[in-house]
Amino acid sequence: MTVETTLAVTEQVIRAYSEKMQEPGWMTDFRLTALAQAADLPMPEPDKTNIKSWDFLSFSAHTVESEGYSTLADLPQDIQSLIDTENQKTLYIQRNNTPAYVSVSQELQDKGVIVTDIHTAIRDHGDLVKQYLMTDVVKPDEHKLTAYHAALLNGGAFIYIPKNVEMDEVVQVIYVQDDESVSLFNHTLVVAESNSKLTYVENYLSTFETATGQANIVSEVLAKDNAKITYGAVDVLAKGYTAYVNRRGVAHRDAVIEWALGLMNDSDTIVENVTHLVGDNSEGHVKTVVVGRGDQKQNFTTKVIHWGKNSEGQILKHGVMKDSASSIFNGIGKIEHGASKSNAEQESRVLMLSEKARGDANPILLIDEDDVTAGHAASVGRVDPMQMYYLMSRGISKHEAERLIIHGFLAPVVRALPVEGVKKQLTEVIERKVR
Amino acid sequence: MSTLVIQDLHVSIDGKEILKGVNLTLNTGEIHAVMGPNGTGKSTLASAIMGHPKYEVTSGSVTLDGEDVLEMEVDERAKAGLFLAMQYPSEITGVTNADFLRSSINARREEGDEISLMKFIREMDSKMDFLEMDQDMAQRYLNEGFSGGEKKRNEILQLMMIKPTFAILDEIDSGLDIDALKVVSKGINEMRGEGFGSLIITHYQRLLNYITPDHVHVMMQGRVVKSGGPELAHKLEAQGYDWIKEELGIEDETVGQEA
Ligand SMILES: Nc1ncnc2c1ncn2[C@@H]1O[C@H](COP(=O)(O)OP(=O)(O)O)[C@@H](O)[C@H]1O
Ligand SMILES: [Mg+2]
Repeated sequence: MTVETTLAVTEQVIRAYSEKMQEPGWMTDFRLTALAQAADLPMPEPDKTNIKSWDFLSFSAHTVESEGYSTLADLPQDIQSLIDTENQKTLYIQRNNTPAYVSVSQELQDKGVIVTDIHTAIRDHGDLVKQYLMTDVVKPDEHKLTAYHAALLNGGAFIYIPKNVEMDEVVQVIYVQDDESVSLFNHTLVVAESNSKLTYVENYLSTFETATGQANIVSEVLAKDNAKITYGAVDVLAKGYTAYVNRRGVAHRDAVIEWALGLMNDSDTIVENVTHLVGDNSEGHVKTVVVGRGDQKQNFTTKVIHWGKNSEGQILKHGVMKDSASSIFNGIGKIEHGASKSNAEQESRVLMLSEKARGDANPILLIDEDDVTAGHAASVGRVDPMQMYYLMSRGISKHEAERLIIHGFLAPVVRALPVEGVKKQLTEVIERKVR
Repeated sequence: MSTLVIQDLHVSIDGKEILKGVNLTLNTGEIHAVMGPNGTGKSTLASAIMGHPKYEVTSGSVTLDGEDVLEMEVDERAKAGLFLAMQYPSEITGVTNADFLRSSINARREEGDEISLMKFIREMDSKMDFLEMDQDMAQRYLNEGFSGGEKKRNEILQLMMIKPTFAILDEIDSGLDIDALKVVSKGINEMRGEGFGSLIITHYQRLLNYITPDHVHVMMQGRVVKSGGPELAHKLEAQGYDWIKEELGIEDETVGQEA
């Protein structure tokens, strides 16, 4: 197999796209600079997974055009069921690359909250986007995939919470893929100003069997002083993608970022989830669940980096591996010099459901400061026969007992998701995947 | 009436013989106590009847109304009417007590005839009240972080919800303070009746102050060495086990030893 390491997309294509999207000049330059850098940048090197033969770059079309949804009733049933149509006031739905539906509650509009697709944001909130888009949290020149992401960005959302705005409602975003050929260079940019509070949940949901495009997804999440962000996600990308999913957060002083990530892609996937605790007393809590099946290969690298004093980082990862799926779970707690009184905790557990499945949990603590606490626990194992015996001794069938144990094992993230419909969906996806 | 018959049961674990020919017959309407010092094979008997994966039955039989229990999978044994309150119940993260109980009940019902959520909740609430359990125990993960006493009550809650024909209760009294012991006994006495039989394993007599057994058996060296009525339990309470050992010429009552 030969693998594309450079892209078929040319400068002209990008210029034309930028023009068509009516982007300001700085955005066109941003793209072109990244494109120029991409050629010479190396690929990322996810620890313990060799991606040399992974094809992240070949795809047929940069964008596809889709119809929007004029009302929620136009949505396919499985998308509709994600939404509490009665109460969900603030919602963005993207169909393939097309912003398909957006609504923002009057209350949030009045408070100056911005929830919009990334293209509109680039046009209408240029100053803000220019300030935050891949300038600090993730940078285009980190490696080839971030650079291509910047150059090719073709969808996503911008969420901005002004100072002191504490939101009670949840912001929900759904990225629907119903065209096999769609490629996602999707960017979610979340900025919470000081003393604000946001609960956000997103879905990536492919409704087809097999993708022919690519998925290169980046989320940047910035929590300024004393801001609190809860970020829930359920990814269900179809097989066929070679997915790169990078969700990264930065927490300033007293800020809290909580992640609840249900990573249910059927594609080969590299997932990077990093939280920088830059401010004193900041907190990062990561909960991740994964189900691997078929001959899927995945790498999940979860990292919390402590810079601020008295910062608190917690990683909880639970993975279920079946068939001949293989996954690497890297959990990294890093305490930088000066981050005294910090605490880095992590727990990784992998449940193997078949002989051929592979799952490696690699807990790593990197500590450059004396006055800290840290701990880790990791295990790879099978369904506990004593638990099976206990459940079956109550009349529960073997199949149902296994089902209960697996769902229980993955429950920490299901429970942490903010929207009932999304919780239910994750439960159903787990159900479908482990069956 | 139902009958559980255990005949000449021999059980090994990791190739070591623990039970060396146990005979017992239980009818519904009866409560049997199995007593004996630690290490005499009581839990092994309970586990073998329920089908614990580590215990290997090498010979003998267990039948329930003539049906071969040993041929059944663990869940089939439960559905046939057997229940075991375990000495060390498993903890299962992420599975709530309520979900687990509902699955247990529905496992006994046909698809499409599942217990309604309302009815289930009502029943569980009333049983939890009866057992003086905190209502929040329903939504806690199964046995996770439960105290010893909470685990025991939870076993009795399951017993009362599932309503088996035969319940084996393995050291249901161990680690309980007197109040908890009374509550647990109350639960068992509530079950007592025509359609229910029980085998209560204990090495203390004190549980039997609250639940009067119809029959009392003493196990030593992996066998039932003596059977009698409730007066046997009282004699054990007053005099300990030494007189039995003397009577039978047993030096060491644990299973490693031969008489
Ligand atoms: N898992 C095990 N592995 C090896 N030997 C065991 C195991 N469980 C029990 N035994 C042996 O069986 C004997 C009887 O155990 P058990 O049935 O638990 O006794 P009791 O319940 O009467 O205290 C123990 O003394 C021990 O020697
Ligand atoms: Mg015992």
